[in-house]
Amino acid sequence: MSNEQNLVQRHGTNERLNHWVVAITFVLLALSGLALFHPAFFFLTNLFGGGTWSRILHPFIGVVMFVSFLALAAKFRNDNRITDADREWGKHLAEIMANKARNLPEIGKYNYGQKCLFWVLVVVVPTLMVSGFIIWQPYFAPAFPIALVRFAVLIHALAAFIGIIAIIVHVYAAIWTPGSIRAMTRGTVTAAWARHHHPAWYKEISKGVK
Amino acid sequence: MALQSLDVTRRSATTTASPHQRQTAEVAKLIDVSKCIGCKACQVACMEWNDVRDEIGTNVGVYDNPPDLSGASWTVMRYSEVETDRGLEWLIRKDGCMHCADPGCLKACPAPGAIVQYSNGIVDFHEENCIGCGYCITGCPFNIPRISKKDGKVYKCTLCSDRVAVGLEPACIKSCPTGALVFGTKEDMKHHADERIKDLNERGFKNAGLYDPPGVSGTHVMYVLQHADQPHLYHGLPKDPAISPMVSLWKGVAKPLASIGIGLAVLGAFFHYIKEGPNEVKEEETEK
Repeated sequence: MSNEQNLVQRHGTNERLNHWVVAITFVLLALSGLALFHPAFFFLTNLFGGGTWSRILHPFIGVVMFVSFLALAAKFRNDNRITDADREWGKHLAEIMANKARNLPEIGKYNYGQKCLFWVLVVVVPTLMVSGFIIWQPYFAPAFPIALVRFAVLIHALAAFIGIIAIIVHVYAAIWTPGSIRAMTRGTVTAAWARHHHPAWYKEISKGVK
Repeated sequence: MALQSLDVTRRSATTTASPHQRQTAEVAKLIDVSKCIGCKACQVACMEWNDVRDEIGTNVGVYDNPPDLSGASWTVMRYSEVETDRGLEWLIRKDGCMHCADPGCLKACPAPGAIVQYSNGIVDFHEENCIGCGYCITGCPFNIPRISKKDGKVYKCTLCSDRVAVGLEPACIKSCPTGALVFGTKEDMKHHADERIKDLNERGFKNAGLYDPPGVSGTHVMYVLQHADQPHLYHGLPKDPAISPMVSLWKGVAKPLASIGIGLAVLGAFFHYIKEGPNEVKEEETEK
């Protein structure tokens, strides 16, 4: 496996850097956001220099995540169109989760789960940005009617909850599937990994090489 | 501030019980709108006692000055000219924190101990714990808390908790020249209000009554209104104020359920790994 020829390129340098900007800002946002969501998490404000600093920093970090997410979504959009093969794959989810799946439809660069994550985040991240803008003190919140601000805090919490759950699934899927994480750290995966998990994608890129 | 003679019964963003061993009488400020002459002595007394000075504003064409509550104006007189069956009436209401028994600000606040409720019923902001998020503003059904432009902390009427703690009446009460403002135990204030309402009834205000809204479990600032059936006449005083259902949902069920949900997701993932193991590429495939 140390053989260079057995590795295939999965994510380019810009994709990787962009992904990790989104990932780091997401973690910072989740920690500072949870700190202000439930008192059980308030201790997390210590990571940001206290409650007031958490409140000040959170929305600015949010803007960084939103902008970098837009760039990432633009890069990944075409590879995340859901196909019939994906839907068929989705029906076998229970077997896949039990490591018992056989004869799965040939999956392209991303599987149904990854694509669902993508589209969930496409909805969640802009929702967080818009609702976050409406509740952003002291700059913007005073400009909105109080009923809208109340609605926005609720929506912000709901969207954040969905996003956090989606990212927990995303991170676990990467851990659960050995050989995946290097796709986002080194940019490459082994040919065997590509053949096993994303056969249609592997065929496509092999064609180009030959 | 947490003086020993003021027992804290409720703290913001705290899930366990606050100390509430001692029993103290509930206090209340009674504002008799029918006796108010709009002199603003209470506004001045509030500024003096609390050492707050708002910016000098401009005349906005009505007597309201300053035109709104702010970080440095914790009470303002609201002047409403309304036509009722009695003709033109000038209704003057002293606006400020109502010190709800069920305080929406405290429930919405994410900073532990930034908002407290004393056993005497006063709801107080401890600005040193305030993080300036403005959630209390969403929780308040009376539109009272204001973020200071100076320090980003939120301020409102303290009901002079520092004076009440040592057995004094709030500064505004002391300054009122007509007796429109009175202060005492909530029970006594209700009795006093009953007499005032009887008097108003005799003078032809059939709908005179006490404003002590049950939607927030009653308040520790109460009004005697000539037209208690139409509180909105008094610069939009809400008829049946309550904490917004949005805020109740967010700070009620959503808060613990979402937190548990996140914990279960992590735990579920971990146990899935333990039960099923990793999703590995089979060895024979690797060798191909």
